[in-house]
Amino acid sequence: MELVKPFGTSPEGNDVIVTRLDAAVDWVRKNSCWPMPMGLACCAIELMAVGATRFDISRFGMEVMRFSPRQADLMIVAGTCVYKMAGVVQRVWEQMPNPKWCIAMGACASSGGMYRSYAVVQGVDRFLPVDVYISGCPPRPEALLEGLMALQRRIGNEAAVSDLRSEAHHPPGNIPQGPILIQG
Amino acid sequence: MVEVVKAQDSSMGEKALVAIEKLRAAFGDALGPTREFRGEHSLSVQAGNIREVCAMLKHELGFDVITDLSGVDHYGEEPRFEVVYLVYSSTHRCHLRLKARISEESPVIDSVVSVWSGADWHEREAFDMFGIHFTGHPNLKRILMWPGYPHFPLRKDFPLGGLPAELPSTASPAAGSVMTAPMAGGPFVAASAMQVGASSAEGRPSSVRREPRQYDNAAQQLVKLRVPTRKESV
Repeated sequence: MELVKPFGTSPEGNDVIVTRLDAAVDWVRKNSCWPMPMGLACCAIELMAVGATRFDISRFGMEVMRFSPRQADLMIVAGTCVYKMAGVVQRVWEQMPNPKWCIAMGACASSGGMYRSYAVVQGVDRFLPVDVYISGCPPRPEALLEGLMALQRRIGNEAAVSDLRSEAHHPPGNIPQGPILIQG
Repeated sequence: MVEVVKAQDSSMGEKALVAIEKLRAAFGDALGPTREFRGEHSLSVQAGNIREVCAMLKHELGFDVITDLSGVDHYGEEPRFEVVYLVYSSTHRCHLRLKARISEESPVIDSVVSVWSGADWHEREAFDMFGIHFTGHPNLKRILMWPGYPHFPLRKDFPLGGLPAELPSTASPAAGSVMTAPMAGGPFVAASAMQVGASSAEGRPSSVRREPRQYDNAAQQLVKLRVPTRKESV
């Protein structure tokens, strides 16, 4: 069977595909997001469901949950973040190598949820640059998958190399493209 | 069925009364009045005698379990604070409740960790939430809030939304400080997305505006989604 040769053949006879470097890097990045599961409360249960067979996060190349921040590039904040935990979450975030993305999963991580309280951070975007907000208490697993796919689309459109987003640290609330809102 | 329950309660209550009588014989004026409610007995104790009373309860009267220990803030009364001890005897199978009042100027009471080691974390919580000091506690530091937090959150004069405070972060100071939570008129009172249009017209901040986020395009999104207002949906 003859292989498809869309762009021609190199002098050595090997197949060659021509593309932009940005597109190639984006394609690699978006299909190998290794999540850092920052499970802080009940949303973490739904996060586990997403990782299990029925919803199967591995269809999107994201099943490699890394409990070491140094091997992760997507932090999923799943649950209520209290002030006492905020420093820990932020430290884990800063230990993750660039480029990195952040999902605020559920009402608590997005806005403090029902906890209008002295103890609860009113949204993790006070100290993290959140790319995707997912509403719900907790969100359905499908909503998290929708958020992951929306993030994949965003990563796929980034100017990964020419913009060198990896070098830029986005402060909280300053995502250049604006946040993605998912209805959970 | 009701009769059976009543009979059990009264026999347990009698056992508690026997213990109270023995305590009265030993401590006399240090004990205040007894209150009975549905077969359970509460005994007021002078704060200065709490450790001796508890030691006798445990070692001589068989109350070997401390079920709970908590603080109470009777704001506006004097003495303001109260420590409540819920103890249980596994041999007599009866409960007893001790109450000791302490003043706002000197919220200090003896620790009973030397009697029941299970009181350790309960006393730390009462210290953390009410600022009650337990003298003789082996490790009296905050258990829920972080070290250095300047307030006592369960005091009645502490607002539910919190007070501003420094937040010692393990990372950079970007995590910021403790902010007062937006209460929007009260806990659990929040304008829903349905009310966005109406509340803006009345000059109140809408739920979208109130949230401390960059939701400049959220209102547009809601318009795009054609969310019906209350009136329309009716």
